[in-house]
Amino acid sequence: MANLVIAEHDHGSLKAATLNVIAAAAAIGGDVHVLVAGHNAAAAAAAAAQVAGVSKVLQADGAAHANLLPENAAAQVVAVAGGYSHILAPATAYGKSVAPRVAALLDKAQISDIIKVVDADTFVRPIYAGNAYATVKSSDSVKVITVRGTAFAAAATSGGAGAVETVAAVADSGVASFVSAEITKSERPELTAAKIIVSGGRGLGSGEKYREVLTPLADKLNAAMGASRAAVDAGFVPNDYQVGQTGKIVAPELYVAVGISGAIQHLAGMKDSKVIVAINKDPDAPIFSVADYGLVADLFEAVPQLTSQL
Amino acid sequence: MKILVPVKRVVDYNVKVRVKPDNSGVDIANVKMSMNPFCEIAVEEAVRLKEKGVATEIVAVSAGVAQCQETLRNAMAIGADRGILIETDADLQPLAVAKLLKAVVDKEQPKLVVLGKQAIDDDANQTGQMLAALLGWGQATFASKVEVSGDSATVTREVDGGLETVSLTLPAIITTDLRLNEPRYATLPNIMKAKKKQLDNLKPADLGVDVTPRLTTLKVEEPPKRQGGVKVADVAALIDKLKNEAKVI
Repeated sequence: MANLVIAEHDHGSLKAATLNVIAAAAAIGGDVHVLVAGHNAAAAAAAAAQVAGVSKVLQADGAAHANLLPENAAAQVVAVAGGYSHILAPATAYGKSVAPRVAALLDKAQISDIIKVVDADTFVRPIYAGNAYATVKSSDSVKVITVRGTAFAAAATSGGAGAVETVAAVADSGVASFVSAEITKSERPELTAAKIIVSGGRGLGSGEKYREVLTPLADKLNAAMGASRAAVDAGFVPNDYQVGQTGKIVAPELYVAVGISGAIQHLAGMKDSKVIVAINKDPDAPIFSVADYGLVADLFEAVPQLTSQL
Repeated sequence: MKILVPVKRVVDYNVKVRVKPDNSGVDIANVKMSMNPFCEIAVEEAVRLKEKGVATEIVAVSAGVAQCQETLRNAMAIGADRGILIETDADLQPLAVAKLLKAVVDKEQPKLVVLGKQAIDDDANQTGQMLAALLGWGQATFASKVEVSGDSATVTREVDGGLETVSLTLPAIITTDLRLNEPRYATLPNIMKAKKKQLDNLKPADLGVDVTPRLTTLKVEEPPKRQGGVKVADVAALIDKLKNEAKVI
């Protein structure tokens, strides 16, 4: 039995989510190999080889992978898939785009967003926005899986002694091409990997207020910043801030929800946080039902006070 | 240009589902069912493309129990021209749905298939990508902006770090994210009109597709309940709790 992990990377380094997937693969048992499909991605492949538990890295280097298009990535996975019992990817925008294509090309079901490995065929995954956990067993000979990063502690970035093996890169599919990217620049920790998250909702009223009230607190706590769907829809912050069922799933040590009422879709994205603080002026807001510490207060007074007293 | 829009009937997004006492699944008897919100966005986008003169016909398709007709009527009330129901009581998993849709695509020859990025019941997020792979088409998942001109579609996607724009050669697959559009409400006259639109009924066997599930659900459980905590009196008390009780700052 051998597991193939589809690495998410930026050619130069591995994305943090890859480490959680390697940990999930290790939990299944058997060898863990990592595929790095990129362009001039020797550095990412070398980094993958160092990760604890990785015994081999397949490096597919070619222009077709320069922009990490899923059409080419999936074809690459299929080209090397022979012999693997499990193919795993992170449940990120990238992994979710690639893995189902792989599954369909192999005529296998995909098990999405697993949070637990029961045995080599059986996995636990959330359904209905995390309001239920389903234990599912696959009858396929190859399991294609996406992994919820917050459910598996990241594998160590050192200690591995994987050999890097070069494999031929696939040709470009010709059906899709990259045009441009607008990536939000931030000095803050990545939302899905942050220890502390300060998150804002509709209660902040505007993008200016969101920044004015929350940024000093986030700075003081060295926190990542998140938002509810309502705040993103209203244009306070860009889409990549969204925490929830269809946004990012986070599980920091501390999640501070400011002016967020707590719709089930939002709770689905953050209820596994270790400690939840809610600041909201509505004492009946559903967010208080999951918060360890609730403060019923006007956020425009309470948050600056909190910032200055920390 | 013809656009195909697959739509799924799911438990309404406002319903908090309950796990059945025997852990065999969630209880969906007598709960409100609606069109999956992401599918609604897909229908709306197709209708907007028709209003812009890009699309000429919108075909809505749904797979599942007989009541999926209501979902298709709803799509037609928003603006789809006709509907196809692939009727079955079987448990349909994403790979089976993708195969059914491929058979419909082979028959209907649309230039574009617009789907919701995920259904809010199984949260799988697979069908669009699987269909794209089965057809050998390009895909743009998590779309927040779509422009079609000539034989290509330029799609802005919501990705983890921000936004990415890709260009697809048609025919292609697009899956919708939340901010692509805000679906219109179906008006009463349009609801009435939708009742008269053509709705064809097929069975999976008519399409030659084996829909046997590959995954068996062994049990469904309530997630561990999170204990609601305490309300603190003021900011000072909050800081004290975080420092001395939770020890997270």
